[in-house]
Amino acid sequence: MENYQLIVIGGGSAGIAAALGAYENGLTRILVIERDSEYGGILQQCIHNGFGLHTFKEELSGPAYAEKYYSLIKDNECIQFIYNAAVTKIDDMTVTVQTEEGLLHYHGDAIVLSTGCRERPAGAIGLRGDRCEGVYTAGTAQTYLNRQGYLVGKRVFILGSGDIGLIMARRMTLEGAKVIGVAELQPYSNGLARNIKQCLEDFDIPLYLSHTVESVHGKSRLESITLIAVDDKLKKIPGSEQEIECDCLLLSVGLIPENTLIEDLGVKMDRRTRGAIVDDTYMTSFPGIFACGNTLHVHDLVDYVSQEGRKAGKAAADYVLHRTKEGEKVENIVSNGVSYMIPQSFHKGSDCEFMFRVNKVFKECAIHVYGEGLDKKFKKPGIVPSEMQKVTLKKQDLEGLKGELNWEVVTE
Amino acid sequence: MYDITIIGAGITGSLIAHGFSKYDLSVLVLEKESDVAEGATGANSAMIHSGHDPKPGTLKCHYNLLGNRMYPDLCKELKVAYKPIGAFVAAVSKEEEEILDRLIAQCQERDVPYQVLDGDEARKEEPNLSDDVTKVLSLPTTGIVTPFEVCIAAMEEAMENGCELRLDYEVKKLEKVDDHFLINGEIESKIVINCAGVHCDDIAGMVRETPYHVEARKGEYYVLDHLNGEFVKHVIYPIPTVKGKGILAVPTVHENVMIGPDAQPCEDRDDESTGEGLDLIRAEITKTMKNIPYHKMIHTFAGLRPHIDLNDFYIQEDDQVEGFIHVAGIESPGLTAAPAIAKDVVEKIVLPKFAGTRKKENYVRRRAFIDMNKMSEEEANELIKKDPDFGKMICRCEKISEGQIRDVIRRKCGARTIKGVKMRCRPGMGRCQGGFCEPEVLRILSEELHVPVTEIRLNKEGSNVFVAAAKEDL
Repeated sequence: MENYQLIVIGGGSAGIAAALGAYENGLTRILVIERDSEYGGILQQCIHNGFGLHTFKEELSGPAYAEKYYSLIKDNECIQFIYNAAVTKIDDMTVTVQTEEGLLHYHGDAIVLSTGCRERPAGAIGLRGDRCEGVYTAGTAQTYLNRQGYLVGKRVFILGSGDIGLIMARRMTLEGAKVIGVAELQPYSNGLARNIKQCLEDFDIPLYLSHTVESVHGKSRLESITLIAVDDKLKKIPGSEQEIECDCLLLSVGLIPENTLIEDLGVKMDRRTRGAIVDDTYMTSFPGIFACGNTLHVHDLVDYVSQEGRKAGKAAADYVLHRTKEGEKVENIVSNGVSYMIPQSFHKGSDCEFMFRVNKVFKECAIHVYGEGLDKKFKKPGIVPSEMQKVTLKKQDLEGLKGELNWEVVTE
Repeated sequence: MYDITIIGAGITGSLIAHGFSKYDLSVLVLEKESDVAEGATGANSAMIHSGHDPKPGTLKCHYNLLGNRMYPDLCKELKVAYKPIGAFVAAVSKEEEEILDRLIAQCQERDVPYQVLDGDEARKEEPNLSDDVTKVLSLPTTGIVTPFEVCIAAMEEAMENGCELRLDYEVKKLEKVDDHFLINGEIESKIVINCAGVHCDDIAGMVRETPYHVEARKGEYYVLDHLNGEFVKHVIYPIPTVKGKGILAVPTVHENVMIGPDAQPCEDRDDESTGEGLDLIRAEITKTMKNIPYHKMIHTFAGLRPHIDLNDFYIQEDDQVEGFIHVAGIESPGLTAAPAIAKDVVEKIVLPKFAGTRKKENYVRRRAFIDMNKMSEEEANELIKKDPDFGKMICRCEKISEGQIRDVIRRKCGARTIKGVKMRCRPGMGRCQGGFCEPEVLRILSEELHVPVTEIRLNKEGSNVFVAAAKEDL
């Protein structure tokens, strides 16, 4: 059985960056295992632009971003890719891979999991009504349109204002479909501000905030949906129903980190992110297994995924080369408006970057970070759940801290 | 002229066809949907009842007890899964314990194996049983199957042995002409067997004034992701009421968990929509279960049960129209009863009419569906070596290869639709519900069936996935 210093599972944006990060930090035998026939993961079907403003200071399409990032490791003899290869099992740091050549086994001194996420389907939100054709997650409609060249609807309604839904509103309009509207359960959009502007407003597509789809109707194909308003407690308001004729409902109602492989190993998971619990080296509760990108928590921008992947790759290299982190380990505790924190724990001996989301819209507020021996506030003019927040604490800030570190949002 | 025509390719129709396929008779099955198992067979609690519950003296009771004993061998014969996981009937009050005592007495009378546990003993085996549960009837002969798998396998094997199946074929006219029947003015058959499920009274009404009327009852269900037995290991029944068996927690063969069904009268017999039943289920299940992991919910569905106003199965040759056989009102415990019903219909009701008919000498057995998840690495490697498509993973949630998908399309009674593939080898049954694999399944269907991608359907006529090519309408 072949042994690698690092096995990266998933050759999308996080995986490519992890391989790069590991190489930059001294590893020379790295294997990236990719299920698809090419690198790039979900970027390959994201043919719209807007990728790479942070990383490359230009707006690229998904495939172009993947190509540009991949060029950083192309022809690098220390990094090998295998394609059409699906990891089915991790056991004792050995992965089993299903390929057209048979089942292969590779052992890794470390493993980085960068398997991305999946979309919440209709069944997961208990969507009511008929079981007709025409209800799709936005990403599946994107695959059909961008990779196969077909529309799954001509009169389209979209439930959920996640970014893929917004992107698909524009894509389907440009390809000849009529997008009737987008409904969002929350009183605020869950997509990036620029996508609301460029994908809805520019095409006069209405956004129904505080609305949801009560039920879907159709015998063989979707014929209509019932749209309903919700109150501030997200309860449906009887009498507010309206019928909307459409032949397609796209769902953009959340992404769920894909973690089947490590769930089977008993890795400790975070109920909020639905990814693994990690420390500031992105290591999970299973020594030697790291997680990054959308498999860890769902990101807003590919640039952030790449940054995280690169850091996880570095951390995996440090682990393999026995460069352990100094300092005592501290737990993060979130409450009052902070919905999750990555990493969930960290070493005190160095600067640490924290990524988190809030659970509702806050105006004029501050992120309050406190514990015994540390009390800091970071003022924010306004923050929304759809935009990931980042805070960095310096080594010297953390030195005096005793016990756990608490995070909350305060408004004055 | 066919010897026998069966209307309806659900579990009873398919098992009856399978029974006849062992004899030298010409058999035709007509199904109005695009696949077999599309009605109640595709949407029920997927369990083989022990027979503790049905009213004494009913056909439901008779066939339930017989069917329960037939399932292990039937499933072995058809090479499909059967798991004898057992059931708990859970009482939560003194009144309920009294009803439980009646069920215990029925078990004794019927030779149904059982055991009685107190609440704490039961909770040791099922930690998520509600704290209110005081007494439990444990039924080790309760089993689980995948009903559509049994149905598909039975039809496949019947077709391997000469049975014909016409899908998307609705019977609109049925006449008795001399000594035979004429269907839609074009198909002649000596015998017609009515297995039309929720439409059985419509079919009966074509040859006479129907002796029964369907009062369809809808049942809704939640499906949870693979929980690997961590949430529940047995089928959990509440105490039955006049309204029915109540809301169950049922582990499936593939280690999902189903929660349901309710029972609502339903006017429209093709209405499989979900709705308020789901709220009721959530409220009711708390009677017997706690800690329900709804965050693992991946699917909801509804099925229609063909309840008839006679309140029992109706299985007999018509007393006015010779050669017309009723197999009507096959609601719960219809899945359990189906093999026993099929045996009687074949051997007691119909075969005596074909005196001298012999069993086929060279009966062809079907191959089991290929399940790579159950294979050793050596077996998997051998398969991949023979056909590299088995090395190509299509469904990441359920771990299904391209080779497996192609295999279920190429068989007799093979998949022709997205849902047909899903029922036979599970891509789309997992946590992403086909989000990732459906485009691949569509491509494979198009290649195997040699039709353009635009003709590939979810299931019914008119459920084509694609409505237009990109830019077609610009």
